[in-house]
Amino acid sequence: MNQTQSPTNLRVVYCNCTYAKVVPEETKQHVLRELTASGIAFDAFADLCRMSSRKDPALKELAMSGDLKIAACFPRAVKWLFHAADASLSDGTHHILNMREQRADEIVPLLLEGRPLNKGVAT
Amino acid sequence: MIGHGNTSLRVVLYEGADSAAFADSERLDIVTTLLSNGYDVTCANGRGHVRENHSQALLVLGKFIGKTTSQASDIADDAQVVIEDVTGLSTEAVVRKVEATAEQMGTTSPGGWKPWFPVIDFDRCTNCMQCLSFCLFDVYAVDSQEQITVQHQEKCKTDCPACSRVCPEVAILFPKYSKGPINGDVVRESDIQREAMKVDVSALLGGDIYAALRNRQSDARKRFSTERDESKALLERKRCLKKLQGELDIPNEVLMSLPSVGDIQERAERAKAKALNRQARSQTVQDKRTTSSPQDWGI
Repeated sequence: MNQTQSPTNLRVVYCNCTYAKVVPEETKQHVLRELTASGIAFDAFADLCRMSSRKDPALKELAMSGDLKIAACFPRAVKWLFHAADASLSDGTHHILNMREQRADEIVPLLLEGRPLNKGVAT
Repeated sequence: MIGHGNTSLRVVLYEGADSAAFADSERLDIVTTLLSNGYDVTCANGRGHVRENHSQALLVLGKFIGKTTSQASDIADDAQVVIEDVTGLSTEAVVRKVEATAEQMGTTSPGGWKPWFPVIDFDRCTNCMQCLSFCLFDVYAVDSQEQITVQHQEKCKTDCPACSRVCPEVAILFPKYSKGPINGDVVRESDIQREAMKVDVSALLGGDIYAALRNRQSDARKRFSTERDESKALLERKRCLKKLQGELDIPNEVLMSLPSVGDIQERAERAKAKALNRQARSQTVQDKRTTSSPQDWGI
């Protein structure tokens, strides 16, 4: 984990999949605990499917923002959920981490990689 | 788009200038609780980028030092912004404050609908229209580019993935489904078996239904057969109809009157013809091309 790199345009998104019980609860809790304690800025969505169904403009903005890390579910599902919201993800600009299959301790370092981790201090 | 109103409330947990930081446990508790109540939350602390405000309804929570109104113009110029100092409040009190603000701002209420709808993998879809033909609930339509599209998500029956089972290309996902490849998991070779997966709609909906049911056990051990076989799809379809019967008081005789093979094929042909006609018209009158209306393509 690189803790010295300066902030980039990288954005971190976490999906809580609130309306279904298909993502292991302990994985979600672990990832969210580490994210909230890391001191980085991030967006936590209650449910990416719901956002896609509403064609939430936030998805388009995220898709166009460049570097994007998304902790959610299967990459194929995330890719086409974005597409369904008219927000196609470009190849090579995003990294989707699958909380349905990957372990939380595998996901967290990948999610935080390249981010400054100045824990606990408000700036 | 689902009809839950137009604006959703975005909650921002602010820990930037002129505010004190939340304790780690406190931050986690607030974020977890708000998410489980259906609110989207942004943790903004000046260390990294978060999405811009498009929701037009922003509730900024922070432990502000001094006046809180000074932050409003920095956060969003033209959005509806409410800033609340939550110093000393419990998580429960914070959630109550969020709910009260959501009501006051007239934003959409979270929850009430499990986001269950088909998502098309256009890397795989061949535009065969089988899903459109199979779905009884008009979830699918054809767009102005003659491409199959999910037009009425809200009409999809929760927990019914029947259309994905009849898709010959494994191109229809239901991200909240429990098993792959319907949930978006990688499509394996064993799932593909394209020819074997071609489902004959006439067998599903015509006189061979019962024969198909009798013969299903031969494929029972394959993943395809457990997750994608035509008889299971039919049963699911019938289960959905049964549920609909209960909810909408649809008489049995209507349920028993499944569309004929001819009807189904006619619907698919009609959809294609409409798309072709539309395309021809738009090419002829390019300068006066009108925007397509969903009704033009509804089947």
